[in-house]
Amino acid sequence: MVQQTLAGSRIRERRVMAGLRQAELARQVGISGSYLNLIEHNRRRIGGKLLNGIAQALNVEPSLLSEGAEAALLSALRVAAAEAEAVAVELERGDEFAGRFPGWAGLIAEQHKRLRSLEHTAATLTDRLTHDPHLATSVHEMLTMVTAIRSTAGILADTKEIEPEWRNRFHRNLNEDSQRLAEGAEQLVAYLDDAGDASAGMTLPLEEVECMLEAHKFRFDSLVNATPDELSTFVSNQAQLTSDAARDMAMAVVRQLRADARLLSLDMLERQVKAGNVDPAQIATDYGVPLSTVMRRLAAVSDVMLPMPMGLVMCDASGTLMLRKPVEGFAIPRFSGACPKWPLFQALSRPMQALRQTVTMTGREAKRFDCYAVSEPIGTIQVNVAPLYHSYMLIVPLEEAGAAEAEVGSSCRVCPLEKCEGRREPSLLADVG
Amino acid sequence: MGKNVLVIEDEPNIIEAISFILSRDGWSVATHSNGHDAVGVVQEAMPDLVILDVMLPGKTGYDILRELRSEDATQGLPVLMLTAKGQVKDREMAERAGASRFMTKPFSNAEVLNAVRELVAG
Repeated sequence: MVQQTLAGSRIRERRVMAGLRQAELARQVGISGSYLNLIEHNRRRIGGKLLNGIAQALNVEPSLLSEGAEAALLSALRVAAAEAEAVAVELERGDEFAGRFPGWAGLIAEQHKRLRSLEHTAATLTDRLTHDPHLATSVHEMLTMVTAIRSTAGILADTKEIEPEWRNRFHRNLNEDSQRLAEGAEQLVAYLDDAGDASAGMTLPLEEVECMLEAHKFRFDSLVNATPDELSTFVSNQAQLTSDAARDMAMAVVRQLRADARLLSLDMLERQVKAGNVDPAQIATDYGVPLSTVMRRLAAVSDVMLPMPMGLVMCDASGTLMLRKPVEGFAIPRFSGACPKWPLFQALSRPMQALRQTVTMTGREAKRFDCYAVSEPIGTIQVNVAPLYHSYMLIVPLEEAGAAEAEVGSSCRVCPLEKCEGRREPSLLADVG
Repeated sequence: MGKNVLVIEDEPNIIEAISFILSRDGWSVATHSNGHDAVGVVQEAMPDLVILDVMLPGKTGYDILRELRSEDATQGLPVLMLTAKGQVKDREMAERAGASRFMTKPFSNAEVLNAVRELVAG
């Protein structure tokens, strides 16, 4: 009955949408303007022939005028209004709002549903937030959108009389925010679904660079003779790089790998491999090139030139991982700090000293790896200025079973090792004493 | 003319919504959207209350608040902090920085309005 009594509101809304004046519509259906005015203000009930006539004049189905918004929509609006702490009188006017603005009412109901879903998602992600700064930023942005939507929807639902200019502005804001929220939600879901996929969406600039490097298998030999402009064009054309930050980072890495290729060509490496020499320190000595160059080149060419691909990881003096070429069985964390027992970090305390250590990675498979590590100064050497260092670790998988000098993990969060003095935080995998 | 509120927040649609709510309640609302010069803007405007977002471009709300609390003129100024982070440590940081009240996004319009009324009433 409530819905039927709002037929007048819907007639008024449809008439305004059709650009008809009240008197004009009244004349078309053969009633007085004042009687139509009473109908439109829900002070006269309407049905039968007159309703059909008005529907025909407005070019809509009679049921569109006689039937109100669906019960589910009204229910959703009431829930949204209740949670927005709307006053009782506004709750009573929910059906009027839905009747006059069914599209916008549907939008508010939909956004309220989305808001609840996102609040739930945000709560369940709390733990992960502390370990994934990019995710934290994304959720922060989404919560900001949710706040804007909640506040704006609350204004539209609670404000008895609102000027058309403000109403239109808030409707536009709702539309904008809901679009941004939807895009953010889609990216977040894709990210969570594909957390282990390096090419997943919503990536950091560094991850974009890694995707680009992965696409080229870390090899840029074709750019050895490229001019600076050609190099710049090459980087600009990489689809994986979506921001200036990513392109700048990629340019630095590509320059480095190109310089490596100039110092140590494919032919030179091939000769060493054919001679059975894949010892980085020996190759560095033979050709008089920095050890880090050999490590980067071996990692790059190992996919095609050697029986097993090699991994590479690089960090700065703070221990922040800046470059990762993954290798099966040696898990390199995406965001959290890596295992402090890696030779990569030991090398930082012994600059310019080449380290080699056989390690096993914790886990069921407990694969063995030969790890070569070295930290080398960056930039030019200046008098009385302490240099900064970058540390590199080449990860060479070993096929044969055997002893290892150390057992290392990926990161504390996923490491089952008990009684590790290097542990920074409890493991998710086991009760660690 | 009602009492003055300065809203420092970088999300334009939140600014618009808060401004609307407060204006309808009789407050005179000024807005600012970056952290760089927020302290200077507050000192010049000297509002009756500041609504301050934590995550601002240029300078965080915590830093802005600490600076305000170090100045005699703004030491006792009521400041309502808004943040999307609702963890205990964030609340503690806001308290340590000198927030009069801390509100977690998403908040309701009624919550903001009540907080503003209460903080200015003292």
